[in-house]
Amino acid sequence: MNKIFKYSFFDLIRSRWTLVYLAFYLLLTFALLTLTPDTSKVVISLMNIILLLVPLIASMFSVIYSYNSREFVELLLAQPIPRRQIFLGQYLGVASSLALSYLLGIGIPFLVFGILGSAQLGHFLTLLLVGLLLSFIFSALAFLIALKHDNKLKGFGLTILVWLFFAVIYDGLFLVAMMWFRDYPLDNFALGASLLNPIDLSRMLILLKLDIAALLGYTGAVFQQFFGSSMGILLSVGCLLLWIGVPVWRIYRISGRRDF
Amino acid sequence: MLLKKLFLLVILCLLLGQVDARLDVCATCPYKAIKPAIAASQAGDTLFIHSGLYQEGNILIDKALTVIGIGYPVIDGKNETEVITVTANRVSLIGLHIKNVGTSYLEDRAGIRIKKAKHFLVKNNKLTDTFFGVYLEHAREGKVVGNVMKAQAKNEASSGNAVHAWYCRKLVVENNHVSGHRDGIYFEFVDSSIVRHNVSENQLRYGLHFMFSNNDSYEHNTFRNNGAGVAVMFSKKINMWENHFEHNWGGAAYGLLLKEINDADIVRNVFEENTIGIYVEGSNRIHYLNNVFRHNGWAIKIAGGCMDNDVSGNNFISNTFDLAQTGKGTYNRFDGNYWSEYTGYDLDRDGVGDVPFRPVKLFSYVVDQTPETMVLLRSTFVDIINFSEKISPILTPAQVQDHAPRMREIDIPFTH
Repeated sequence: MNKIFKYSFFDLIRSRWTLVYLAFYLLLTFALLTLTPDTSKVVISLMNIILLLVPLIASMFSVIYSYNSREFVELLLAQPIPRRQIFLGQYLGVASSLALSYLLGIGIPFLVFGILGSAQLGHFLTLLLVGLLLSFIFSALAFLIALKHDNKLKGFGLTILVWLFFAVIYDGLFLVAMMWFRDYPLDNFALGASLLNPIDLSRMLILLKLDIAALLGYTGAVFQQFFGSSMGILLSVGCLLLWIGVPVWRIYRISGRRDF
Repeated sequence: MLLKKLFLLVILCLLLGQVDARLDVCATCPYKAIKPAIAASQAGDTLFIHSGLYQEGNILIDKALTVIGIGYPVIDGKNETEVITVTANRVSLIGLHIKNVGTSYLEDRAGIRIKKAKHFLVKNNKLTDTFFGVYLEHAREGKVVGNVMKAQAKNEASSGNAVHAWYCRKLVVENNHVSGHRDGIYFEFVDSSIVRHNVSENQLRYGLHFMFSNNDSYEHNTFRNNGAGVAVMFSKKINMWENHFEHNWGGAAYGLLLKEINDADIVRNVFEENTIGIYVEGSNRIHYLNNVFRHNGWAIKIAGGCMDNDVSGNNFISNTFDLAQTGKGTYNRFDGNYWSEYTGYDLDRDGVGDVPFRPVKLFSYVVDQTPETMVLLRSTFVDIINFSEKISPILTPAQVQDHAPRMREIDIPFTH
């Protein structure tokens, strides 16, 4: 697995697209930091972009890579290598290279602008962690889809749908549900519903760290209490890790018995 | 001739008799303590208190004295009593440092209390950890000027107000710096008074608080980091000019609360980084003119029962929500403001946008119906529905419109 991981990782970090991805984040973050001196505003702007783009790019990149390397995988399968390791190694390679681009692209500008000594370090680290986890989550989901579907068109479609669902549709349903049941106490429902969607959960984790949390009112206070407790932090990080763990486990299972 | 000289001499003697005496209080002066000096003085005298520590319990001033501190003498209540109580007209207290009044749950102790007196002057004093700072009851036509009042209030129940006025008329509260109390300046049944150039910050509750007070005005004050900036309740004809409401931020905070206020003018104020800039409830005939709302959660939130309010010539810049209001209809006008969210065009280049602006966003409407939906703030879905509602409004109140939105920020003629 190590060999495969190394191979795809180094193959990818030399690829043009990873560099473009890195350059995009570098430019964006540098631009935002130069335009606004207020770091917490930069964190908010970046948050909006990251929550939309990191999942989209991670899933699209992974699904394309997965389909493109199908022939290579078939070649590897003919060799005496445990087959599960091939897929897991590839997934880790892709996800890590995406995560690395993200880490460097966001991290370097903030370091240059002196985040280390500032009071905003906590916000920045949350943003960083959330982006990394989202890269791994959506990459895993995309790999799983590509593994399950031989039909590329179907695979692409499903990947986009999954992204669209978590980024937009889920919130729509969430909103409608809350308006529908507005006569009932909704705080725990809102809490549960945001825990289930990795993008919503990431958004809440960042928002609650910022001043803007005061706008959330009473529900915000309930959230703050929950995410402030060690139990809440464990549960939310656990939920995000579960979103990586379950797809990876599925990849592991399917790759063991799948016929090529 | 002689008669005339004699007459002049008599007049001179009378005048000399009138010349006010000067009494000095210090460790090496004729008077070692303040109380004996007051006892020995007559109305019209001046007491000079030199720097030092004076611990004399409650000091009662019952004649028209001028008390001047030199080098800020410390008058210490040792957390046991009220410090200075004034019951006479024409008393001036200048340059004193009054300390440690101590919390009482039974009586409203104060650093300086003016009781049923007129023409008083409380000037350039320092009040530190006084439960109530300056307490005015049934006082009239006096001034509280240039004082610095500091306290470390922990909770509302065990703290007092910096300047507390109750049943007063024609007060001037000017150039004070008050911090760390329950309310910075509190007016209850206070008419025809002026509050200006004060800084009120870090109060537990309100920077300035009006109850049942009419015909007052406050101007050029700064209210910063308070539980809420200013609360004006059950009052009529209040002028609010050129104040700064800054960073009154928190779950239930606002810059300015208006409750049951009629006929007020809110002109050229700056509201910056407040959770809610102005929260309005049951208030009528108010003019909001030339104010600046910048980076607030809500710039203006209007609850029910508000009529004939006129919001015009204001700048709304980068607020999360410019306007929220309950109910569909409106009896208020919002014409001629600058809204940074406005994306219309101006073909005839007269500086006025050709399409009306709707300041109530769809999401703001949704949040008003179901407050819990606020957790979707800044999600992509909310941005999408806001955008689509902007293109073709269905749910947001149709009457709430700015028919003449300005294309550029309005230049506001501040007077300072």
